Amino acid sequence: MTALIAAVLVLPAATATAGEPAWVPKPPRGRGDKCVADTAWMRRYHMMALMHHRDETVHEGIRTKRFDLTGCIDCHAVKGADGKPVSFASPKHFCRTCHDYAAVQIDCFECHASRPPAKTAATSEAAPAHAAKANAAVLAQYLRSLAQ
Amino acid sequence: MSCGAKSGGGCGSGGACGCAAGRSDTIDNARRDFLRGAAAAAVTTLAAGVTLYSFGAEPAAARAPGEEVSSKVRWGLLIDASKCGDGCTACVTACQTENGWHSTGHPETDPQWIRTLKVENPINGTTFSLPMMCQHCTNPPCVDVCPTGASFKRADGIVLVDKHICIGCRYCMMACPYKARSFVHEPLEDQKPYAPRGKGTVESCTLCVHRVDQGRIPACVEACNDTGGGAMLFGDLNDPSSEIAKRVAAYRTTRVRADLGCDPGVYYRNI
Repeated sequence: MTALIAAVLVLPAATATAGEPAWVPKPPRGRGDKCVADTAWMRRYHMMALMHHRDETVHEGIRTKRFDLTGCIDCHAVKGADGKPVSFASPKHFCRTCHDYAAVQIDCFECHASRPPAKTAATSEAAPAHAAKANAAVLAQYLRSLAQ
Repeated sequence: MSCGAKSGGGCGSGGACGCAAGRSDTIDNARRDFLRGAAAAAVTTLAAGVTLYSFGAEPAAARAPGEEVSSKVRWGLLIDASKCGDGCTACVTACQTENGWHSTGHPETDPQWIRTLKVENPINGTTFSLPMMCQHCTNPPCVDVCPTGASFKRADGIVLVDKHICIGCRYCMMACPYKARSFVHEPLEDQKPYAPRGKGTVESCTLCVHRVDQGRIPACVEACNDTGGGAMLFGDLNDPSSEIAKRVAAYRTTRVRADLGCDPGVYYRNI
């Protein structure tokens, strides 16, 4: 009897070591060597990190990069057949590979962009601060004249 | 060019600018070296393009990304209606581009973070224009009425909607005396990453909080200075040395429906 229990206990371990079954989701890897935290930790706690960061950002203006959702979206973007990143509507989307399997519905992407923006000159990051550059040029010239 | 001539007050923090007035032929080498170093440092910083606005247009004091907002700052706007061109929509277009809202083909319910108003005196027919948006009140009625706490005022005076908590009841829209808020009726996709907005939530001008947190000025103010009439000024009302505080102290300004006691952060001139 004891041997039978031992055999039952050992069985799952043996299965795990033999490799993960095909039905276990395999989310696509992000860019770079590693994620912002250990993989096992991220699997278990990423939702808490995101929620904590969201409250800090919205209410307190804290904008650290580590658990920023836009960072996840940029790094883990999956390209579709047309070569452009897929949106959350596609089952290939990074978040959906696990969330579809686990049947956990997320509503992040009802408001947040689910893929990196198409590169245009009009986006906030890319907008040239031409007025400020003009100011800077004048100021730099003035400072150079001071230094001479 | 004299010290601080550009947009005024930009060099108010002292440093290299103050030295220009005292320059003479008797400058010793040590002082000359100091100035050289100061110039080099300033140019390097400016080349990186990070702190440009702290010299040019009214600065948003750059905070560290991990630093909390402080109530020492009170962000505000000063809008000179006499410089606001009739028919000019530079601020509205810039806001739409920056934050990703646009007409949905339903004018009654379209989102409207900022709009231009044309005001006419019915007696003599004189008109003027002004932009109208969230007035970022000190005592915001929208925050008072919100049943979930989604409508809130940040420590630095910016009034926002936390869309994670908003249930879309639209009570705040009714409470706002300025009709500054709108409701998203249709599902959206590909929003701006820094300006999330979605169906079923209320939204309004955020004073470009994502830019202010980076030390930049709101998109409408930038556009008005670049392609509009230069009617808008952004800055810290609590800082007596800021350009906006100086102008608010020096000139007669008006706040729309000041009688309501909301203490708006948006000041107007010539209305």
